Amino acid sequence: MSAVTVEEADAIHPAQARMSPPSRFADKAFYWLTLSMAFAVVLLVILIGWQLGQGSWQAIQKFRFHFVATSTWDPVAEQYGALPFIYGTAISSLIALLIAVPLSIATAVYLTELAPLWIRQPIVSLIEMLAAIPSVILGLWGIFVMIPWLRDYPFPFLQRILGWTPFFSGPIYGPCMLAGGIIVAIMVLPIITSVSREILRSVPDLQREAAYALGATRWEVTRIAVLSYARKGLFGAVILGLGRALGETMAVTMVIGNTPQIAASLFKPGYTLASVIANEFTEATTDMYLQALFEIGLVLFGVTILINLLAQLLLKTITAGAAPDRVQ
Amino acid sequence: MSRPEVVEPRDPGAAVLLDTEGEALPLAMEAKNVSMWYGSKRAIDNVSLDMPAKAVTAIIGPSGCGKSTFIRALNRMHELVPHARIEGSVFLHGQNLYASSMDPAVVRRRVGMVFQKSNPFPTMSIGENAIVGLRLNGVSDRRFLNERLEQSLRMAALWDEVKDDLHKSGTSLSGGQQQRLCIARALAVEPEVLLMDEPCSALDPIATAKIEELIQGLKTQYTIVIVTHNMQQAGRVSDFTAFFYMGRLIEVGSTTKIFTNPNEKQTEDYITGRFG
Amino acid sequence: MEIQRKDHHSWRKLKSTLISGLTFCSAVLVIAPLGLVFFHVLMSGIGAVNLEFFTNLPKPVGVPGGGMANAIVGTLELLALASVIGIPVGVLGGIFLAEYGTARVNAVLRFIADVLNGVPSIIWGVVVYGLIVLRFKSFSGYAGGLALGLIMIPLILRTTEEVILLVPAGYREAALALGIARWKTIIQIVVKTASRGIITGILLALARVGGETAPLLFTAFGNHFWNRDLNEPIAALPLQIFTYAISPYDDWHRQAWAGALVLVTGVFCVNVLVRIVTRVRTASA
Repeated sequence: MSAVTVEEADAIHPAQARMSPPSRFADKAFYWLTLSMAFAVVLLVILIGWQLGQGSWQAIQKFRFHFVATSTWDPVAEQYGALPFIYGTAISSLIALLIAVPLSIATAVYLTELAPLWIRQPIVSLIEMLAAIPSVILGLWGIFVMIPWLRDYPFPFLQRILGWTPFFSGPIYGPCMLAGGIIVAIMVLPIITSVSREILRSVPDLQREAAYALGATRWEVTRIAVLSYARKGLFGAVILGLGRALGETMAVTMVIGNTPQIAASLFKPGYTLASVIANEFTEATTDMYLQALFEIGLVLFGVTILINLLAQLLLKTITAGAAPDRVQ
Repeated sequence: MSRPEVVEPRDPGAAVLLDTEGEALPLAMEAKNVSMWYGSKRAIDNVSLDMPAKAVTAIIGPSGCGKSTFIRALNRMHELVPHARIEGSVFLHGQNLYASSMDPAVVRRRVGMVFQKSNPFPTMSIGENAIVGLRLNGVSDRRFLNERLEQSLRMAALWDEVKDDLHKSGTSLSGGQQQRLCIARALAVEPEVLLMDEPCSALDPIATAKIEELIQGLKTQYTIVIVTHNMQQAGRVSDFTAFFYMGRLIEVGSTTKIFTNPNEKQTEDYITGRFG
Repeated sequence: MEIQRKDHHSWRKLKSTLISGLTFCSAVLVIAPLGLVFFHVLMSGIGAVNLEFFTNLPKPVGVPGGGMANAIVGTLELLALASVIGIPVGVLGGIFLAEYGTARVNAVLRFIADVLNGVPSIIWGVVVYGLIVLRFKSFSGYAGGLALGLIMIPLILRTTEEVILLVPAGYREAALALGIARWKTIIQIVVKTASRGIITGILLALARVGGETAPLLFTAFGNHFWNRDLNEPIAALPLQIFTYAISPYDDWHRQAWAGALVLVTGVFCVNVLVRIVTRVRTASA
C-alpha cells in the first residue's frame, strides 16, 4: 500500500483501518495446542505399556513363560500361575458370547429390517439405557436377585437335563462360572446390538431392493441380501463384544465366585484376570505378589488390545469415521 | 479485432478492455498467467484476465470449465483445499496478492466473497451476522459497529426488511434474504472487490431479480466479479464477460460484444447453445 | 404344481412372520434385564433412601442411621477432577482431528483412540496406581480423579471430533472468506455451532465414568469419613456400593441398594437429559 497517513486510511477505509492485523502466531499456537492434545492418545498407550511393564518386570523375569502356563495361584507359597484366570476370562467370555451374539444379532435384524417403524426408536433408547447401567449395580442385582433365582430354577433344570455332561455336573453353590458368563452377556448385549445395527443399516438398499424384486419375503431378503453382505461387519461386532467381555470387572467379580481353579463344571466358581486384580490388588503383601498382579494386568491389556485391534480392522471398512464403541 | 498495444505475450483469448471512448479502463484486479492444479490434475491453464474497476465482470462457461476454481484464486481461497497449487500472479490495484509478505487473511478482507449456498452463521442473530467480519477481525468500537451494521444492510437492500428483527436468528430469513445478509456480511468489512460464486443458483426468480438489481447498485462503489452458469444473467447484470472452457480463457470482452459478436467460434457455440 | 407353489409361498410367508416374532422376542429378552434391574433397584432402594442417607456418614454395622453422604460428594469431587483433565484434552484433541492434520495421521490417531476406549477400566486403575499411588505412597482423590480423567480423554475426543465434522464446510469457508483467522473461525464459528453436541458428549462421558468402580479400587480407595484433603483416600458412590454389597451385613446391603438407586437415577437423568437436548436440537435445525 502506498504511504497513507492513519487519518487518510481511516477516511478511505474506516473498517479496514480499525481491524487488527491477523496474528500468525495465534494460528500456529492454536494448531500446536490442539495437535499436542490429540497426540496425547499416543502418550496414553505408551504410558499404559510402560507402567504395566515396569510394574511387572521382575515377575516377568522370574516366571517367564510359566506365568501363563501354570495353574497354581498361591501367593502364600509365592506361586503365581495365571492359567486359572486366563481360563476363567476365556470361558466366561465364551459363555457370554454364546448367549449374547444370537440375541443381539436377532435384535439388530429386528430393529433394522423387520420391526414396524414406530417401535424402533423406543427399543433403541431402552437398549442404550441398559448400556448405561454401571457394572457395580448389575453386580449388586446379580448377587441378590439373579443368583438366588438361577440357583433355584434354571440351574437345577440344567443339571437335570445335562448333568451327565461334565459341564453341568457337581454341586450348585450359586456364584459360578455360568453366572459370570450370564452377567457378562447382559453387559455386552447393548454394544453388539448397536454395532450390528449400524452394520446392517450400512448395507445399501440396492441389495434389499434387488431381492424384493425377485419376490423374496421379508426374512428371505434379510437372509440373502443383508446378512451375507454384512457378514464381515457382524463378525467385527462380535469381536468388539468379545473385547468388552474380556475387560468386564465389577459385575463378574460379584457373581463368579473368585476361586482360582480350572474345572469343567460351569457350576463351579471361577476367577477372571480382571477379577483377581480387583480383589487382590490392595491385599498384595509382598512385592512379588504385586508384580504378579501387574503382570496379570499386562496380560489382560495385551489380550484386549489385540482383540480390539482385530475388531477395529474388521469394522474400519464398514463404519469409517464412526466411534463404534458408543451405543447409538 | 483490436490489436492489443501491450508488449508481453498474452493469452490468445485476452484483449485489452476499452471503454466507450477507446481508453484503457482502470483495472481493479489483474490475473497474469494463472495456472492451477488439484494434485496432479490441472484445473486452470495459463489464464490472464483483467477485471476493470467499479464494473461487473461475469465469468461464464459450461460445468467443469474451472470458473469456480479460478475465482477462488482471486482471494486465495483455493489454498484451503489440500494439494491445491497455483502458478502466476494476481494483482489488486497493482499489488501482488501472492507476494510472500501478503497474509491471505488480509487479502480476503480486501477481496470479499459470496457463495452459492447462503450460509449465515446459525449461532448468530441477523445483526451479529452482518458485522461478524468486523468483530472477529478486532473491531470493538460499538458506535462504529452499529453504523456499519446499518450501512451494510442498506447496501444489501435488506435494512428495511430486518431492522426490527436484528436479534432474530440468521437462519430465520428466506433464502433470498439470507443471501442478501451474506452480501451485507461481506460488504461490512469494506472489501475493494466482491467475488460472487453463482450467488443466485439456489434462489427463485424473484429473489434472483432482487439480487441482480442489488449488483447494479453496488457496482458504483465496488468491483464485482460474478461466476454464473446462467448466460442470461450474465447478459443482464455484467459489463464485461469472460468465457472459460476446460480451464482456459477463451475470450473476454464487453458483454454486448461477447453476446452479439464474439470473436471465437467456441464462444459463439456456447452462447448460442450448441453445447452446454 | 400351482397348488404346490402356492403352499410353498404361504410357508415362506409364514416362516417370515415366525422369524419376525422370534427376533421380536430377542429384542424383548435384550431389554428385559433393564426392566428387571431397574425394578429391583427401585423396590429395594426406595425403602432405604431417606434424609439420613444423604446427610450422614457411614456408621459401624449395627449402628442405625448410616448414610453415604461422603460417597456422593466424593463422586462429585472425583468427576470435577476428572473433568479438569478429560475435557480440555478431549475437546482440543477432537478439534485437531476434525480441523487439522492429514488423513493418514488422523486415521492412526482415531484408531488409537478407539482402541483406548476398549481398554478395561481396571487397567487404568493399575496404571495410575503405579504412576501416582506408589510414588506418593498414598491413595488419593487426585489419583482417582486422574484415572477417571484418563478414561474420559479418548471418549470425549471421539465424540467431539464427530460432532465438529458434522458442521457444514460452508460456514468455515464463509468465515475464512471474511479474512477471519483460522483459529478464530474454529473457535467462534465451528465449535460454537457444534457446542451442543460437544456438551452432550461431555455429559455422557461424565455419566459413564461416574458409575465406574474398578479404576477407583486402588486409587481413590474409599473412605468412611469426609475427605478433607484430596491427597487422602476419598469415598465414591460406586465404590461404596461395591464394598457394602460384598459385605455380610444386611443393613449394609440395604444401603447398597439405596446407593444403587441414587447412582442409577443420576446416570439415567443425564442420559435422558442428553437425549432431550439432542432431539430438540435436531427438531429445530
